[in-house]
Amino acid sequence: MIEMIDVKKTYPNGVIAINGINVKIKPGEFVYVVGPSGAGKSTFIKMMYREEKPTSGNILVNGLSLPSIRNSKVPLFRRNIGMVFQDFKLLQTFTAYENVAFAMEVIEKEPEEIKKRVMEVLDLVGIKHKARMLPSELSGGEQQRVAIARSIVNDPKVVIADEPTGNLDPETSWEIMNIFEEINKRGTTLVMATHNRDIVNNIKRRVIAIESGKIVRDEHRGDYGYEI
Amino acid sequence: MKFRTLLRHFRESFKNIGRNGWMTFASVSAVTVTLTLVGVFLVLMMNLNHIAGNVEKDVEVRAHIDNAANQNDIKAIGKKITEMDGIESVIFSPKDEELTNLIDDLGDNGEAFKPFEQDNPLRDVYIIKTKSPQDVIKVAKKIEGFDYIQSVKYGQGYVEKLFSFVNIARNIGIVLIVGLLFTAMFLISNTIKITIVARRKEIEIMRLVGATNTFIRWPFFLEGLWLGILGAIVPIGLIAVLYYNLYKYAQPQITFKFVELLPASPFIYQVSAILIVIGAVIGIWGSLMSVRKFLKV
Repeated sequence: MIEMIDVKKTYPNGVIAINGINVKIKPGEFVYVVGPSGAGKSTFIKMMYREEKPTSGNILVNGLSLPSIRNSKVPLFRRNIGMVFQDFKLLQTFTAYENVAFAMEVIEKEPEEIKKRVMEVLDLVGIKHKARMLPSELSGGEQQRVAIARSIVNDPKVVIADEPTGNLDPETSWEIMNIFEEINKRGTTLVMATHNRDIVNNIKRRVIAIESGKIVRDEHRGDYGYEI
Repeated sequence: MKFRTLLRHFRESFKNIGRNGWMTFASVSAVTVTLTLVGVFLVLMMNLNHIAGNVEKDVEVRAHIDNAANQNDIKAIGKKITEMDGIESVIFSPKDEELTNLIDDLGDNGEAFKPFEQDNPLRDVYIIKTKSPQDVIKVAKKIEGFDYIQSVKYGQGYVEKLFSFVNIARNIGIVLIVGLLFTAMFLISNTIKITIVARRKEIEIMRLVGATNTFIRWPFFLEGLWLGILGAIVPIGLIAVLYYNLYKYAQPQITFKFVELLPASPFIYQVSAILIVIGAVIGIWGSLMSVRKFLKV
């Protein structure tokens, strides 16, 4: 499903972000990516959705070799993965409904199907009643629910989340994690970079720890392992 | 692209104009200001050109034929002139007619020339108009070399000055309009760029959820088009009203023969069309150029 082979990434300013990573993530897995700030977590995640290209090595996602995808084809690749970010990345001038529907409009789905499916996922993340509200009228947790709804609306095989609870209070974080667990139960692969020790230690899943651009730990049901 | 998607882009472009209210206002204002300037210059230049054209049109070559030429020679000369390149019309004016014209032109003083009707000192003349007024000198020089041509007149000295004056005026006009257009493009594309920089996050998110560059570009393309057209409305209205009144009230006051303004009716429509096209092109261009920057991921 996701495979990295000898991946190295050096930024133009000389910073080595990833220094030789080999990893395999199987379909349906739930993986936490942990590590101190500046360890290379973000680069690791960004390379999975082809926001960054590795300097050397190969990355396979859904059978596609990402380094060889042309820039213009990147959006097409991204249609098959869902993405959730710390800052939600919602279109501020679009309502909750429109934000989710947009992901279906870009792949030219039928309007009837869009209407049905968008309400379905908004219901799944528990925010159907606020479909007509703008992001500015929603709380952080609600905005993240909209973002999650958008990430799964096209039924991707993989959802990649970069610090999805980073901006949320503990209680809301748990609610968001419940939604992620639900999504994972349905068979979607989930890769989540996080700093949230409580979550990692309580919802036990595979933990990949990255330090100085290398995987220093890869445990089946691991702990967060860092002091905050 | 499906028709439904195209409709979506249209809908979206209209919504964006409303959503980005102040930015829309800034862009439209920039278009309005520059198109007003371009429009005014366009009106001035086109009229100047029209007047210059009128003056030039009166330029003609008069080839005086030697009295030694017989009817066949005269005909041969006429044929030879007609066959030259760039000739629009060749009119033969016999010397009797020339004298009558002279007497008529001079009015009362013409009486003094009446006695010459018995022994006309004038010559038969070919009056030649060229397709391009600038060819007059070239044609005149050539005809001078023909047999039985006594002299060729085309307003030597005066015509050269006229042409160089008209040319300079035209070139200055073209430079001004081109310069103004570049300024307009620069100003407008910069304004639009600022509005789009504000929306760079929007473009980034669109790419993240899988929108292709074409899909992202469409609403911006249409938005640029609407901005350009909206910006053209005020200049067109202003120029139409002003020119209509200028033509209506000022034209009758002008008595100088060559100075004649372009008739308001087709001219206002022409200028309006030109301004709309310029507005639309600049709007689209500015919009697409600005988006392009953010699509290189």
